Amino acid sequence: MNRGRFLAVLLGGATVLLIAIGTLWPSKSAAIYAGSGGFLESAATPEAAVRNLGEELRESAWQRAYDGLANKTQFTEQKFVYDLMGYYPNLRTYATVDKYEVRPLRASATDAEVELKIYWATVVGPAPDTRVLRVVKNGNVWQPEWPMEKQPLLPPQVIPVNYLRWDVIYRGAGDDWGAQDVESPHVRIVDMHPVERADGVVIMGELLNEDVVPAAVSVNATLLSKKDQSPIATEGSFDKISHLLLPKQVTPFLIRFPNVSLSEVGSIRMTPFSSLVSASADPVIEIQDEHLNPAPDASVTGQLTNQSGQIVNVAHVLGTFYDKSGNLVWVADQYVDRALLPQTPVPFDIHIPEDLARKVSTERTVVATYVSGGARG
Amino acid sequence: MRAVCACLIGWGMLAAPFAVAQGGSLTLPRTVEAGSAFSVPSSGSGKATLYIVGLGQVLKRDVEMGQAISFPLGTLYSAGHYITVLVKDSSPAESGSFDVIPAAKPADVTFLARPSRLPVGLHGGITGAGYVFDTYRNLITAPTQVTFELSSPKGANQTRTVETRYGAAWTEMDSTPQQGTDKFVARVGDVSSMRIIGQVPGDPCSLKMSARPAGEQIQVQTEPVRDCSGNAVPDGTIVTFTETYDGGESTVDVPLKRGIAEVKMPARPGAKLSVASGVVLGNEIRWEK
Repeated sequence: MNRGRFLAVLLGGATVLLIAIGTLWPSKSAAIYAGSGGFLESAATPEAAVRNLGEELRESAWQRAYDGLANKTQFTEQKFVYDLMGYYPNLRTYATVDKYEVRPLRASATDAEVELKIYWATVVGPAPDTRVLRVVKNGNVWQPEWPMEKQPLLPPQVIPVNYLRWDVIYRGAGDDWGAQDVESPHVRIVDMHPVERADGVVIMGELLNEDVVPAAVSVNATLLSKKDQSPIATEGSFDKISHLLLPKQVTPFLIRFPNVSLSEVGSIRMTPFSSLVSASADPVIEIQDEHLNPAPDASVTGQLTNQSGQIVNVAHVLGTFYDKSGNLVWVADQYVDRALLPQTPVPFDIHIPEDLARKVSTERTVVATYVSGGARG
Repeated sequence: MRAVCACLIGWGMLAAPFAVAQGGSLTLPRTVEAGSAFSVPSSGSGKATLYIVGLGQVLKRDVEMGQAISFPLGTLYSAGHYITVLVKDSSPAESGSFDVIPAAKPADVTFLARPSRLPVGLHGGITGAGYVFDTYRNLITAPTQVTFELSSPKGANQTRTVETRYGAAWTEMDSTPQQGTDKFVARVGDVSSMRIIGQVPGDPCSLKMSARPAGEQIQVQTEPVRDCSGNAVPDGTIVTFTETYDGGESTVDVPLKRGIAEVKMPARPGAKLSVASGVVLGNEIRWEK
C-alpha cells in the first residue's frame, strides 16, 4: 500500500517537472505545432527569406507574411490574401498550404530571384501554384517582393442570357402504378478501352448523351474473372467524368481497379447510369490555345474562357487522348483552382503519363463547371 | 385474420360428417359475379351463423335456416375462391365453396406505355401493355379485345386490336417520321386510357457551318440543324466547334439556340475549322485570311 502511494507521488512529481521543462524550454517542432513562430530562420539569404514566407503561408499567418514583404506598400493585406485565395469562392477558398518548395533562380549582392512553389491542399487533391519572387536586400536581411497577379477589370455591364433551361416535373407520389413518368435520358458508351498500368487495371471510355434532355451520368464497371465469370471487383468513375451531359454531349470517363491484373479478367460489364435533372445550357466555356506538349513533361495546356456573365466557381477540365488511328489512349483531368470570371482566360495544364505521351496524336477537351448553388457540365 | 381463416377452414373440414346429422343445408351458387347481388337458399330450421371466407374478404351472417340468405349489391367484390362454413349450436354444421369472378364489363384499363420519349422513325420503338379491370379492380381474365391507337397531331394513325391473355394485352408501334407529341390510347369498349409519347428529332444530319470575319475573330455559325427526316434539332443540343492551327487547337461546346449554334473564335490564318454534334461530323473550313 505504502509502495503504491510512493509510486503515485513519484509519477505525479515527474509529470509536473516535465511540463515545467517543456513550457520553459520547448522543442522547435513543438513550438510550431503550438502555433508560435514556426520554422522561421534568420533571413540572411534570399532562399531563407522566401522559405520564411512559405512557412508563414503554411501556417496561414497572412498578417506576418504580409508584414515581411518588401513591396507591401503597393497593396493592402486584404488584396494580398485575395491574390492568394481568389476574390470569389473557388477551390482555394477552403484550402490550406500543405507544403512549399523554394528554388533559387538568380542572385546578386542586392537582389535575387527565387521560385516559390506552393502546394495547396484542396478537397480534390493538391493544387500547385508557382510564383517567381524578387528578393531584395534591406540592410542585413533579405525581404521578398510579392508578385501580385494582374486581374483584368471588366467594365460594369449587363450580359443578357437566354440559353435554355430544363426543368422536370416527375410523377406524383399518389399516382397509380401504371401512371406515366418522365423517361430517363438515353445515354450510350461509344468507346471503351481497358489498359494495364503499374497500379492495376484502368478502364476508360466515352459516354454520349444521345437524348434531347440533360442527363446526370456516371459509369460503373465490373471485372469478371477469366476462370468462372465471377465478379472480381466493381468500381465507378467517381469524379473522372463530367457528371452533367447536355444533349449530344460526350464525356470521357476513367475507372481504376487497383491491384488487379488484366490477365485475370475474362470480360467486363459496363453499366452507365443516367437520370433526368434540371439543368441550364449556360455558362458556355471556350477552350482556347490548346497545345499538346510532347515529352518530357508531356501535357495539354490551354486557356478556359467563360463566355457567360456568370462566375464559375470551379472548373474541371477532362482531356481525352487518342493515337494516330483515333483509338483512345488515355483520359486525364485537372481542376482549375481559380474561379472563372466572365471573359477572363484562365490557364490549365493536364499532365500526360510519360510512357503514353509518345502514343498520343490528338486530344479532345471538355469542361465541367460548378457554380455556387448549382452545377452543370 | 389469417388465424381466423385457418380456424374456419379447420372447422369446415370437421363439419362435413355432421352436415346431415344436423338436418340443415345451403344451396351454394357455383360462381358469383363480383359486386352483384345474390341469394343462397337454405333448408332446415333454427338459427345458425354463416361464415364466408376468401383471400380478400371475410363475412359473418346470422341466418334463419329454411329461408334464402340475401346478399345485396357490392357485398362480395373481391374476385377469388371462397369457402363457407355454417355453424349451428356452436358446432360446424356444413361447409362448401364457390368462386367470385370478375364482372364481365370492363371498368378500367391500366395502360403502361414505354418509352415516354423516343427518336422519330424507330421501328417497333413504342410498346404498350393494357391490363383490364372491373369496377372493383379485379383483373378480368376472360379474353377481351383491347384496341391500341397511336395518333400524331398531323393525323397519322396506327391501330392494333389485341385480345387479352390472362388479363393483359400488349403491342408494338413505330415512331412516326415527324416530331411531336403523340397520343397513345388503349381502349376496351367505352373505357380508355391515354398516354403521351414525345417523338423527338434524331441525330443531326448534314451539319453545315459557315465562317466570316468579326474584327480580330472568326464568327462561325451553323445552318439550322435538322435531323435526317427534316425535323429541327431542339435548342440546347451541344455543337462542338474546333479550330486547329499550327501546333494548337481551340474547342468550344455551344448549345443550339433558335436552331443554330454560333460562336466567335480566334482568327488564325491557315486554321482548320470543324464542327460536330455527338457522333455526327459536319463540314470543315480552312481559314486563309
